[in-house]
Formats: sequence, structure tokens, C-alpha cells
Amino acid sequence: MKELKATMAGTVLNVLVGEGDAVTAGQAILTIESMKMEIPVEAEFAGSVEKVNVEVGGFVNEGDTLVTLAE
Amino acid sequence: MTKTTETTGYNERLEEKLAKIFAGGLPKYHEKMKESNKLFVRDRLKLLFDDENYAEDGRFANVEAEGLPADGVVTAIGKVNGQTVCVMANDSTVKAGSWGSRTVEKIIRIQETAEKMQVPMLYLVDSAGARITDQLDMFPNRRGAGKIFHNQVRMSGMVPQVCLLFGPSAAGGAYIPAFCDIVIMVEGNASMYLGSPRMAEKVIGEKVTLEEMGGARMHCTVSGVGDVLVSSEEEAISEARRYLTNFPANFAIKPEKIEAKAAKAGRTLEAIIPENQNAPFDMYELIDQLIDEGSFFDIKKLFAPELITGLARIDGQVVGILANQPKVKGGVLFGDSADKGAKFINLCDAFSIPLLFLADVPGFMIGTKVERAGIIRHGAKFIAAMSSATVPKISVIVRKAYGAGLYAMAGPAFEPDVCIALPTAQIAVMGPEAAVNAVYSNKIEAIEDPKERLKYVQEKHQEYKEEIDIYRLASELIVDEIVAPSDLRQVLAQRLSIYETKDLPMPYRKHAITPV
Repeated sequence: MKELKATMAGTVLNVLVGEGDAVTAGQAILTIESMKMEIPVEAEFAGSVEKVNVEVGGFVNEGDTLVTLAE
Repeated sequence: MTKTTETTGYNERLEEKLAKIFAGGLPKYHEKMKESNKLFVRDRLKLLFDDENYAEDGRFANVEAEGLPADGVVTAIGKVNGQTVCVMANDSTVKAGSWGSRTVEKIIRIQETAEKMQVPMLYLVDSAGARITDQLDMFPNRRGAGKIFHNQVRMSGMVPQVCLLFGPSAAGGAYIPAFCDIVIMVEGNASMYLGSPRMAEKVIGEKVTLEEMGGARMHCTVSGVGDVLVSSEEEAISEARRYLTNFPANFAIKPEKIEAKAAKAGRTLEAIIPENQNAPFDMYELIDQLIDEGSFFDIKKLFAPELITGLARIDGQVVGILANQPKVKGGVLFGDSADKGAKFINLCDAFSIPLLFLADVPGFMIGTKVERAGIIRHGAKFIAAMSSATVPKISVIVRKAYGAGLYAMAGPAFEPDVCIALPTAQIAVMGPEAAVNAVYSNKIEAIEDPKERLKYVQEKHQEYKEEIDIYRLASELIVDEIVAPSDLRQVLAQRLSIYETKDLPMPYRKHAITPV
């Protein structure tokens, strides 16, 4: 199990996966909007989405867990 | 050496001593090295030097003592890429590469040689640290270990100093890499720490592994003390050789121009750069289209990747590139990226390597986290380094350059030799969305009808965009030139050759009080 964490503060622009979805390494999981920029967050390895911890429009701080992936 | 009947056998005695020295430590330690994919110090040196050829000083250090061949360090001078360099290389088969008094004296002497000869100094580090039993002879004295670091600081910016880390660099020894221009670390074997995990557990009660606390990957991604992460010693050595091809022997010599190569085949800049300022793209793809193929030497690739720093060649001329990476953290500058940029600028400026800034930056990060971490002083450090660099500075505004981001990326006020805008450039205090919101937020909120409100906001966006239109900035002489993206490589090659003779020192004083 691995947690994908926010690398910077911002708001969640969109979530591209749902719980239970299979993802491949490098696949875009969600987008954070920060400093007016779209920041893609990608899966670091292939696996499945165990839990989505954020919702669209919500604020996330640097280090917050966005998504939990199972290998 | 041949046996002679004319002598008492002194050559045989010499041969015997040399054999002992060349053998290094006990066979069991050589075995251990092999198990962890480490090379014997003399094999490392053979790989490093041209034609495996070098001269050695202090070879007989501690020769009378049992089990201390060369006193655990080889100090050598020879050619790398045809250029003379000085080297110190720990022998970790001898008392784990620890430092005794002669070890330290040898290191100091080879540094002094590098300074006298005005040639690069390389540190091949693999050492457990001080021999505590010998401390009075090697730790606090005038020519003790402290002198090694003092020499490094003294020689910094005078000759290139490179650290190749093959094993531990512990306690005080960890400052050798810290004072080098660049640190190449072998993953799995190299480590740096002031106190070992064992010590951390005893002294502060922390339980941690060596990899977590001071491993190569950690230092190259998190702490930023490491610059280049490699997977083998052979790769470390070939990367060090490649790095040095970009540098002159010392600060007084200009880097050599080599034969030009074409850029890598790929998409045009027009295809690479999205017109939507907020959309990410990969700046590495753009860099590939500007530089001679295969010439990029990435420094701190894994650390603060929102800012790319690397050496490259354009039309055969070496150049230091700083480029925002919109794909990572939107290219926003953070404290770590500022540190990374500042050190890279200082490196290039010291050795007459022109700087190329490729700006696509929304600004410095804002928010509580970064303010508490001192983003202002880190940003000031970056801007101070850029501002005081006297090498040719070429600023290219690729897309947006907002706020202090424009300043850090050598904006017009910081005396770049030229500020070139691409037609996609957008220079402003902040982006249209943020600016309209900042100026008109009361008015926007007062409009009740959502349709009317949206229309008003869109009008204001349009007005703002017209105000910061790049042709308007060119007309006001804020940017010097606007070029088509596909012409940029050609324009850069021309500009680099134009500014070759630049000579504009900073005003005289003892030294600036650099923000840190």
C-alpha cells in the first residue's frame, strides 16, 4: 500500500480515478490547481485505487495524502 | 625491476615494499568490496585517468607500520580528458579508509599541489572517518582534518572540485562532499551523515536505517547534498569525466569550444509549447531542441525538479541552463529550487560558463508552509546569485514570467545581455486571473447576476491581456527581441558567440553579504 501525497498546497481540480480502479505506473490520478497552474499527479507504480481522500474543490496542503494505492 | 648482482639487493627490498603497498588491505576486505560491487582504490584510479596512468605522492606513508599501506589514501596526479587533475582516493580496505595523521597530511598536500598547479581537485571518498585512537595527530591541529576543509573553501571557485562518493562519508568527513562543486553518489553504497544510525539511537533515541538517514537516493532527492545519483562506480567515474569536459582547468581560463553537433531530432518548439499558460509541458523536450545532441549534464536532476539546472553545449559552446519545469509543481519556485538555482549559478559564474535562463514560471510559492520555511530568504539567495553573476546572461521568456519569478530568471532589471521573448511570452506581476481578482474583487462580488458577473470578469481579463501583450513590452524596450520558437536555437548560438568577450565586473568591495 502506498500513499500519494500532495507535493504542494493547492485545490483539487479533478479526480480522474475512482476507488477500485486499476492504474498503470505514470497514469494521471488527479490534478491539483495551484498558483493558477494545473499540476498533474501520477501513480508511481501499477496497482489499484484503495481510497480517494480528497474531493474536487477541496484544499490540500503539502504532504497531505491524496490517494491510497494498493500494489 | 631486475635483479642485479652488483648491489646489496636494494631493488628487491623496494619491490617488496611496493608489492605490499599495491596490495592494499587484507584479502578479506577485498572480498567484502567485491561483494558490494565496489572497486579497489587503484582500479578506480585506473578507470579515472587517461591510459590508466598517474603519478603518486606519499606512496610510502606509514610503510613501517603493519597493515597501513599508503596510510589508507592514494594521492595522485595525472590526466583526465587530456587535462591535469589532482586526486585523493580513500582505500577502504585499509582500516575502513579511516584518517590517520599521514592520511590527512597527504590529502592536504595534494590539495596544495592542485592549488599550485591551478588544476581540478577530485575527491574519491570511501571512508569511515577519523581514527579516534590517533585524534591528537589528525583532528584539532593546524594541519589536521580541519585544514582539508579550509583548503576546499579556499580553492572553491578557483579550480573545479568534484566528489565521487563510493562508500560512507561520515561525521566531519561528510564536509568533503559538502564543500565540493558537485557530488556524485553510487546508489546503495554511498552515504553521508554526521552521526551514524547507531549513534543516533544512542544519543537521541532515534531508530533509523542508514539508507533512510544518509543514503545516496535520499541525499540526491530530499536533502540536496548529492547532485548525481548513479548505479555503479564505473558510471560514477565516467560521469565525473563527462562533467569535467565542460570545465576549464581553473577560473582564469575560459572553457573551450568544441565541434558543434545538431540538436536531437524531435518536435518543433511550436508543437511542444502549449499556448494555454496554465497547461503543463515537459521542459526537457524543449531543451533537447536547443542544445547539441547528447550534451546535457543534469545537475540535481532528482532534487527540486521544478527547476532544471544543467550544463550543455549550443553550437559547441558550453552553457549553463536554468529552466522552469512546468510539468513539476507547475514550475513554481520553492526554497529548495532557489537553493539549487543559486548554487548552479555560482558554479557557472566561477568558471566563465555563460548562463541561459528559460523562463516559464508562475512565481515563488505562497502559503504558510513556505513562509515559515523562509522562502523569502531562499528566494533572495537565488536572486542575489543571479544578480551578481558577471558571465554572459541570456534570458529567454518562454511563456509566463510572473512576479519575482521574472526576477529570479534574469529578468530585464538584472542586466541580462539580452532578454528574448517567444511570441508565447507573458510578463506580469501576476497572471490575468489572479490580477483581475486582486484589483476588481469588490466590484465582481457586487454584480448579482452570474451572467453579468462572468461577462465583466472576461472583459477585464481581455483588458489585462492587452496591457501585458508582448509586443507592447517590446515597444517599451522591456524585452530586446521577439523570435519565432523554431529560430531560438540559431539565435542563441549567435548571441553566445557575440557575448564571448563580455567583461563587466561587479563594483569593488570586500564581498557582498549574501542572503542564505
